[in-house]
Amino acid sequence: MLRIDCPFCGLRDETEFVYGGDASRKRPDLQETSQDVWNDHVFLRDNPKGPHLEYWFHQHGCRSWLKVQRDVATHEITDVRFADKEKGQG
Amino acid sequence: MARYSAFEIFKQALSGHKNWASAWRDPVPKEKYDVIIIGGGGHGLATAYYLAKEHGIRNVAVLEKGWLGGGNTGRNTTIVRSNYMIEGNTGFYEHSMKLWENLSQELNYNVMFSQRGQYNTFHNPGQMDVARRRANTLRLNGIEAELITAKEMQARVPGLDYSANARFPILGAMYQRRAGTARHDAVAWGYARGADQLGVDIIQNCEVEEFIRDKDRIIGVRTNRGEMRAAKIGMAVAGHSSHVAAKAGLRLPIESHVLQAFVSEPLKPIFDTVISFGAAHFYISQSDKGGLVMGGDIDGYNSYAQKGGMPTMEHVFAAGVSFLPYLSRLKVLRQWGGIMDMSMDGSPIICKSPIDGFYINAGWCYGGFKATPASGWCFAHTIAKDEPHEFNEKFRLDRFSRGYPIDERGAGPTPNAH
Ligand SMILES: Cc1cc2nc3c(=O)[nH]c(=O)nc-3n(C[C@H](O)[C@H](O)[C@H](O)COP(=O)(O)OP(=O)(O)OC[C@H]3O[C@@H](n4cnc5c(N)ncnc54)[C@H](O)[C@@H]3O)c2cc1C
Ligand SMILES: [Zn+2]
Repeated sequence: MLRIDCPFCGLRDETEFVYGGDASRKRPDLQETSQDVWNDHVFLRDNPKGPHLEYWFHQHGCRSWLKVQRDVATHEITDVRFADKEKGQG
Repeated sequence: MARYSAFEIFKQALSGHKNWASAWRDPVPKEKYDVIIIGGGGHGLATAYYLAKEHGIRNVAVLEKGWLGGGNTGRNTTIVRSNYMIEGNTGFYEHSMKLWENLSQELNYNVMFSQRGQYNTFHNPGQMDVARRRANTLRLNGIEAELITAKEMQARVPGLDYSANARFPILGAMYQRRAGTARHDAVAWGYARGADQLGVDIIQNCEVEEFIRDKDRIIGVRTNRGEMRAAKIGMAVAGHSSHVAAKAGLRLPIESHVLQAFVSEPLKPIFDTVISFGAAHFYISQSDKGGLVMGGDIDGYNSYAQKGGMPTMEHVFAAGVSFLPYLSRLKVLRQWGGIMDMSMDGSPIICKSPIDGFYINAGWCYGGFKATPASGWCFAHTIAKDEPHEFNEKFRLDRFSRGYPIDERGAGPTPNAH
């Protein structure tokens, strides 16, 4: 069981959250027309064996999107913060 | 090396079974090979076997960082079936099934392939229509499949909750008669022994740490057991594809995820078949030792940890008990996890990479055991001939950018949903 320390709700079980995947990706500018740039964004992942920045949605809690830094080889969580600094303050 | 036979068992018995030769050598790595295969799971070993057997390329090494079959080959629930519907998958998996049907004879090694059939149950009229469409598509592609009613199924597989009051009443199933299970370790060992006999060097405890380059080409590998060079290097490392490919400078359309498997205490025979529950993700068969072998959904978040979490375990058994109420009385004896490549469309990749000298076999998600023979067959062909076999020509890495994903589930580029 992962336990995620939500900045609004405190330490909660993984079962309250929904996983949102790799949070290091940046959506290309919508004016971008290069196929390669969009292919990289939509389909390719770094998928590192180590620290991974990822989204979690606190569905059964404050309903904030969070950015979590987790080592995917050990499950150690080293950082949790609101994905959106402005709106996430609750 | 003696052929395995009843006579050989009798002969060896006379000396108390003390004189069996080991099934493969433990060679010292050479500096140069024609082909190096990274990964000594079923796929890597099958590739080496078919390179030697079908293409006469025998100066081959298989490099395995741990022991043979210690990855997903030895961790999976061994369901073999060929009921895939989408072009690109259909011919490939049916070819695999045909290779399975003769594999023990081909390898002179009993892989215990047991065609005990597989049922995919359905639980509402919508699912029944989908199953009918799938069965019809399969039959149009020359792959056997049949729809059976709940009544027929009850006669063949007693013990499920067939009542109308079941949480998810069973309306019937799609059945594939030729599907079944095999002994996972034996598949790795059989291919290893066969490849070794044809001259392939199988090198264990040998981890590929870096690639050696000559300008744009990859010409060798650095390992914890020294450097080795080869004109062609193939990668078949299952859940570690992104990790190894990154050393070659490639990013892949893959995320690594953990899938768990569970085995119950041994019981007297209650199932002589394989069942996949259609209302949630749960599948079950019974091993020859009597344990029920079970699995379900992946944990759902990126993982290289080779162990699963309790929430998924609870979820899998909640599904299992709604289908087979008596499961709640059983004890789970063993549980483990394996790391798999979840690809962006749920289908595999077998092709030349954009880097000369480097070939990719990856993206097997949780369905790659059944693919082992055909995967080795097609990967060997691709490496030997520098062009795909007809059965893997759609498993290209560039299918995503070209707009030709092979998405059996229709889930889009969300790897944890396939
Ligand atoms: C729990 C579970 C249940 C499954 N159930 C089924 C099922 O019922 N039916 C089905 O068809 N499929 C199933 N699968 C999927 C199937 O097991 C895999 O797709 C398949 O085994 C992959 O084959 P492989 O030979 O490539 O993998 P592996 O056996 O994992 O082989 C890859 C090898 O590469 C080695 N390696 C990695 N990195 C390096 C390196 N740097 N240098 C050297 N060696 C390296 C690893 O040690 C490993 O031995 C399941 C998987 C899991 C985890
Ligand atoms: Zn919260």
